[in-house]
Amino acid sequence: MTRRIDADVAVIGGGLVGSSAALRLRTMGFSVVLLDKGFCGAQASGVNYGGVRRQGRPPEQLPLSQRSHAIWPHLKALIGIDGEFLRSGHLKLARTGPDMSTLEAYATHFACFGLDLELIGHNQLRERFGITGNVVGGSFCPGDGHANPRLVASGFAAAARCAGVKVLENTPVTGAVRNGDGFTLEAGEVMLKAPVVINSAGAWADAFARDFGEPVPLQRTYPSMVVTEPLDPFLGVNIGMEGGGIYARQVARGNVIVGGERAQPLTDPDYSRPRSDGVLAIMRRASDLFSGLRHAHAIRFWSGTEATMPDNNPVIGPSSTTSGLIHAFGFSGAGFQIAPGVGDVLAELVRDGKTSTPIEAFSIRRFKNVAATPV
Amino acid sequence: MSARRNPLIVGAGPAGIRAAQALVRAGLRPTLVDEAPRCGGQIYRQPLVEDGRAARVRYGSEADKAERLHRGFAALDGRIDYRPQALLWNLRDGVADITRDGVNHRIAHDGLILATGATDRVLPLPGWTLPGVFTLGGAQIALKAQGCAIGTRVVFAGSGPLLYLVAWQYLKAGVRVAAVLDAAPLSAKSNLWRGLRLAPAIVLRGLRMATELKLSGTGLHFGVTAMRMEGEARVERVAFRAGGRAHNIACDGIGYGLNLRSETQLADLAGCAFHYDARDRAHLPIREISGRSSVAGVYLAGDGARIAGADAAEAAGERAALALLEDRDLPFDRVRAAALERTLLRIDGVRDVLEAAFPYPTHWAGDIADETLLCRCEEISTGEARQAIKDFALIDINRLKAVSRIGMGRCQGRVCAAAAAELLARETGRDGASIGRLRAQAPIKPIPLALMTSDQPNEEQHDQAH
Amino acid sequence: MPLLHRLSRINHAAVGFTLDGVACEGRAGDTVLTAILCNVERVRSSEFGGAPRAGFCQMGACQDCWVQCEGGERLRACSTPLTEGMRIVTTRRA
Repeated sequence: MTRRIDADVAVIGGGLVGSSAALRLRTMGFSVVLLDKGFCGAQASGVNYGGVRRQGRPPEQLPLSQRSHAIWPHLKALIGIDGEFLRSGHLKLARTGPDMSTLEAYATHFACFGLDLELIGHNQLRERFGITGNVVGGSFCPGDGHANPRLVASGFAAAARCAGVKVLENTPVTGAVRNGDGFTLEAGEVMLKAPVVINSAGAWADAFARDFGEPVPLQRTYPSMVVTEPLDPFLGVNIGMEGGGIYARQVARGNVIVGGERAQPLTDPDYSRPRSDGVLAIMRRASDLFSGLRHAHAIRFWSGTEATMPDNNPVIGPSSTTSGLIHAFGFSGAGFQIAPGVGDVLAELVRDGKTSTPIEAFSIRRFKNVAATPV
Repeated sequence: MSARRNPLIVGAGPAGIRAAQALVRAGLRPTLVDEAPRCGGQIYRQPLVEDGRAARVRYGSEADKAERLHRGFAALDGRIDYRPQALLWNLRDGVADITRDGVNHRIAHDGLILATGATDRVLPLPGWTLPGVFTLGGAQIALKAQGCAIGTRVVFAGSGPLLYLVAWQYLKAGVRVAAVLDAAPLSAKSNLWRGLRLAPAIVLRGLRMATELKLSGTGLHFGVTAMRMEGEARVERVAFRAGGRAHNIACDGIGYGLNLRSETQLADLAGCAFHYDARDRAHLPIREISGRSSVAGVYLAGDGARIAGADAAEAAGERAALALLEDRDLPFDRVRAAALERTLLRIDGVRDVLEAAFPYPTHWAGDIADETLLCRCEEISTGEARQAIKDFALIDINRLKAVSRIGMGRCQGRVCAAAAAELLARETGRDGASIGRLRAQAPIKPIPLALMTSDQPNEEQHDQAH
Repeated sequence: MPLLHRLSRINHAAVGFTLDGVACEGRAGDTVLTAILCNVERVRSSEFGGAPRAGFCQMGACQDCWVQCEGGERLRACSTPLTEGMRIVTTRRA
């Protein structure tokens, strides 16, 4: 027995991007249905590292990132919980002289974006931040920080539900077509009709893009995180590394979260697990870098599915083939901080047909002649 | 003929020991990993050093079984690759990660027998984190393996046959047992009549234990509810309701447990399919009577797959080894396999009786106060759990963990997950099967960050004969 | 009053250790948990509420009995044999 639902906007994918868009649209007065093939926030939005950072993003992302930056301190008012957001600052370390030059160049070139970056030398790293490992310097962004991805992602979905968004979990969309003046989506026993569809389906968004004649070269990546037992506070800042390899943060309860390696998918590519050689490497790297970790134990690892585009920029913006369809996916492991801003942008696109934040660089058109990921 | 890697057995309790013996008899050289320094598991746990107590004192009626197993294991010396005091914390595609003394070893294996045993199942109670409150298993281990009593005036509380066994063992050791608080009604014990035919020795022994406890002045209370453990720096009293009125008993130690729960984390990591078992009230790995799991080459034996006791563990361990041999196209004793299966079926019938005579108190989960701590590691209260369930409209236990932190601590849900599951089922009006099972993650126990990796990148164990 | 009471190994060789700087004795064959609780009533304070903890399962499952040594090393008391000269602290966060 099929249940028919009509709404102004259908959002496919209840991660942070979809949930924040749904919430914003609802407060603007639209009727919204939010669908997720599983539980909202259980995918990339809930299993990423949790860094809330602008520093290090390419310039085309910075306006969007700054827009999001303004939202994070107001999470409590927006979704009822602060998501354990801490404005701890983000410290990006450099292992070598050339890496330090890269940080210096970034700070210089993008000073106009207002990140207030401060370059730190080796001695100050030890004095101010207790960093004792093999690093030559760093770049500090005081306004950046970190939060709890599980709480934030679930929180936005819960707030959307409270605001009157119809949230359908464990309801995969099995068919999406444009007909007449809108879309018809099939999802389980539901037939959903809406003039506007937002494709925020994360690692599964490329299937929908393909259905509408605009395939994209999306790849799945699997982050690998290590979590320690609760420890006495010793790391007050969110740590990253130029060139990658390690990132670490300590939460208020004392656990240290360390990432930097890739995990492996299981037979079912929707699931993944950290590789043991990867976690062992990260654990050693972390205990070498921070004396506070020397005797600590890891108590759990986690992984998840993220969607990555070849240029590490997301796909955001109207479909190139189908009016009424808007894409927002492929955040390439850097979606957490910008997602609330993306949600606002998507809501503006729906309401006004345009947005005040520049997103041209993220247009799906850039993949028009690029070979898509094989099915 | 190409060399196959050696099989890997996890756990040196009764199931693991019997599995190792059967594989060695067939000419294989299994690797056996166990966390303890000596074999025996928990039920036949050995002291760290000789303490002068006879086996009959330590293991009671099961002393002969214990000694046979310990001697049998000792005879395997040099014929297996035995790794005591080693933690297997991860499994993937035929390679296991094992830590010992701060060094990680990767063991490639062909064939895996999981004999990981069980721990006590508990529900949160007010005051259950007080010093002096141990699980029933913990109270038993203190006595058996460390020669210590958990108090001078001890109360034993909860449900299951272990409740009476441990209380009686303390009595025999000369410790004052103030009371036995049974969550089950006295009437449930009438089910033991059925057991008289199936397993008369067990039933008569149990009756004798209860009688001796009673005659010694120990208060036996049935249908206990509203239990509260009280004290300042340690436990000093236990309050409860039974027989229609309130009671309060002074004590300085409590042994508490509600039947047992299987350690299934490695079965989960090995990719085994699970189902919800109504008798154990838990999600358990699917297992044939042969011990085969849903994954080729992975076998499950003993309480680690379903609670059935030490005798069943011995039979299951040997039976699983025979299945492994058969799957390797090696000769195996078909007649023996059938006999072992008959033993397992018979014991299963006895477990049904025991379950009826010592029923789990399903009604207790409804009475947990908001202030009572649900997750000991993360110190999350039952009230916080209820609030999270409501705020996030939760219906799945992994989502409950994600947003409430329950199960995120060092024990990874060993102590709290069963209770969290009962709570979630109650709050949402769903059943234990549909709220899902807590997914296991590596490391299954805490491992040091500063682990060294062993020099050999992949210790391949080649079986010479096959 | 200590939590645990010896019924055997009372006359086994003494094993010296310190507990929060105070010299104590266990017996050969003790786990660290047994040695501590034959002397005092707790092994640590809980991380988030400060309440006293003294282990629970005795079999390495509940992870309630982790203690620290003076040098910062951590060990699970119920599954670690006591050795001569251990310097255990119970008053810091485990």
